[in-house]
Amino acid sequence: MNRIEHHIVLGELPLKKQVTIYVDNRPLTAYEGEMIAAVLWANEQKTLRYTKKNHPRGIYCGIGRCTDCVMTVDGVPNVRTCKTPVRDGMKVETQRGLGQWTKGEPIHEKV
Amino acid sequence: MTASDKKPSTPLNPHPGVKICGAPSHAEVIRTPGYPREEIWRKGPVAFIECVEEIPCNPCEGACPQGAITVGRPITNLPVLDAEKCRGCRLCIASCPGLAIFVKDYTYSATEAKITFPYEYWPLPAKGQQVTLVDELGEAVCPGQVLQVMNTERNKQTPLITASFPKEYFERVKSMERLRS
Amino acid sequence: MKKFELAVVGGGPAGLSAAIEAAKHGVKTLVIDENDRPGGQLFKQIHKFFGSSEHQAGIRGVEIGRRLLAETAQLGIETWLNSEVVGISPEKTVWVVKDGTESLEVQAERIILSTGALENALNFPGWTLPGVMSAGAAQTMINIHRVKPGRRALMIGSGNVGVIVSYQLLQAGVEVAAIIEAAPRLGGYGVHTAKVRRAGAPFYVSHTISKILGEHKVEGAEIVALDKRFLPISGSEKTLEVDTICVATGLTPLAELAWFLGCRFHFIPQLGGFVPDHDSHMESSVPGVYLAGDISGVEEASTAMEEGRLAGIRAAASLGRLSPEEANTLEETVWARLNALRSGPFGAVRRQAKESILQKEGAIAYDSVR
Repeated sequence: MNRIEHHIVLGELPLKKQVTIYVDNRPLTAYEGEMIAAVLWANEQKTLRYTKKNHPRGIYCGIGRCTDCVMTVDGVPNVRTCKTPVRDGMKVETQRGLGQWTKGEPIHEKV
Repeated sequence: MTASDKKPSTPLNPHPGVKICGAPSHAEVIRTPGYPREEIWRKGPVAFIECVEEIPCNPCEGACPQGAITVGRPITNLPVLDAEKCRGCRLCIASCPGLAIFVKDYTYSATEAKITFPYEYWPLPAKGQQVTLVDELGEAVCPGQVLQVMNTERNKQTPLITASFPKEYFERVKSMERLRS
Repeated sequence: MKKFELAVVGGGPAGLSAAIEAAKHGVKTLVIDENDRPGGQLFKQIHKFFGSSEHQAGIRGVEIGRRLLAETAQLGIETWLNSEVVGISPEKTVWVVKDGTESLEVQAERIILSTGALENALNFPGWTLPGVMSAGAAQTMINIHRVKPGRRALMIGSGNVGVIVSYQLLQAGVEVAAIIEAAPRLGGYGVHTAKVRRAGAPFYVSHTISKILGEHKVEGAEIVALDKRFLPISGSEKTLEVDTICVATGLTPLAELAWFLGCRFHFIPQLGGFVPDHDSHMESSVPGVYLAGDISGVEEASTAMEEGRLAGIRAAASLGRLSPEEANTLEETVWARLNALRSGPFGAVRRQAKESILQKEGAIAYDSVR
């Protein structure tokens, strides 16, 4: 776990409500309001998508400009995970290429 | 003759200075108007202002209750320390956004000196703890003992650490090795 | 169609300062920001700011952000979050997509663009691998999300951004293996470099990154010394064991909306590249459209806030809420602070570059570069 629990300037990690998101069907505990990419990096998943040529990509700019961090979220591809906050029960998938729009379709087996 | 020439027992760390190594060298700091002369620091606690570049900044000036620090106008002036007025009260240390002020006391005991420096890392050392004191390049200089850890609201999350150490390293010591959690 | 006297695009330090200044004088103001909270990049600036003690020096950026938000709330300034501006016209119609779902049209009488800047990328073998990120992204991770980007980092670039983020990585418990700088001298303020150095992070001037080790993620970095012509010196390669590479090689103004509006531009490398033309009141070449902060030339949060105040004052004056004399008096006090922030050997470069904008003629028009 890569969370910064203690910090001399920012203080202790504030207690926030926990939610669960499912990343490629793996349940991960997240804190309400935090960005999807932050949860993934906190859990050592640094690769968020693969390009068409199968090159891995992670976070680059972190402010929603570069689109390196896009993933498929609840069936919608190309969602910028550095600026999209988590929601309880959210389904996040490692994206391949431009991804596929599967919203409205059953995309996972029930976890 | 400079202070260091007279004290071959005080090992300083010669290096090319702030624009190459990141930290100002002894030669660079003693040229500034914020660094007290040897005859002053031998007499008691005093501030060492290691501000060597003209940047727009002046909170240290207002922080000194003795009026010992002057920046004036323009605010890019280097701070001038009137070391005769300085009582080593340490109020200026946390006021410096650049964390470039240290207070040292050569007269702490017969064999030991004392330094107070800003330290913004978690975890903080405990009072009484043995730590490794470092120079401006982060190189270990000597062991030190923590005498006080001050983390008051007034200092806005800039804790001050006071430690004692052997006198011969007086001018070289600047901070302590970070403690890893 | 929603009507406002003033629409401010971008709710960072410049935009909020502008909105506060205008609203204080009774201007019906809207702030539009694409993020889920206003403040821009201020909340990740956890270091104490420089400047004059009369004016927020010695206060951490995050605290300045809190004060701006409190003032915005107190003045009742309408703020649309999660709202992206997708179109804008010289007639001051602004098209907004809110929450990714709702399309809204705003008609304003004045517009202030305070959209900020984007960090530059640096291309080298392996630069797309997970673990390579802008310094600002690492700063967001540690100070906003409270997540370590890795265990040991290499910082590329020794300007204030690179050095401040290095310091904050150390504060977050991430080791900094080295800070490398291609130029023969370090760029950032000496007080910043000094605190990083005494914490044990070494600087390498005349060095760059030659490649990244690792196939699927960053497992190390090879750095190399540069000669006087900035060419790699073969045989000088060094391998550093790092899992994170941070890139702090400058920023570029986010000026798309100014291009969109047909603003006149200048190319000024010292300010980050193409910068929209503006006068000393921060008005662009499109009447009634003002600029503030990094969009008008990359500087610092402290200068951005002052430019925001200038734009806000002038917008209020042009709407008849301040007499020309009142506006001038207010502007003079802001200009005095701005000039103080732009003085000294570091500020002088930016001051000269900024002043050169005021003197330029025959600037590049949008049509000529399209």
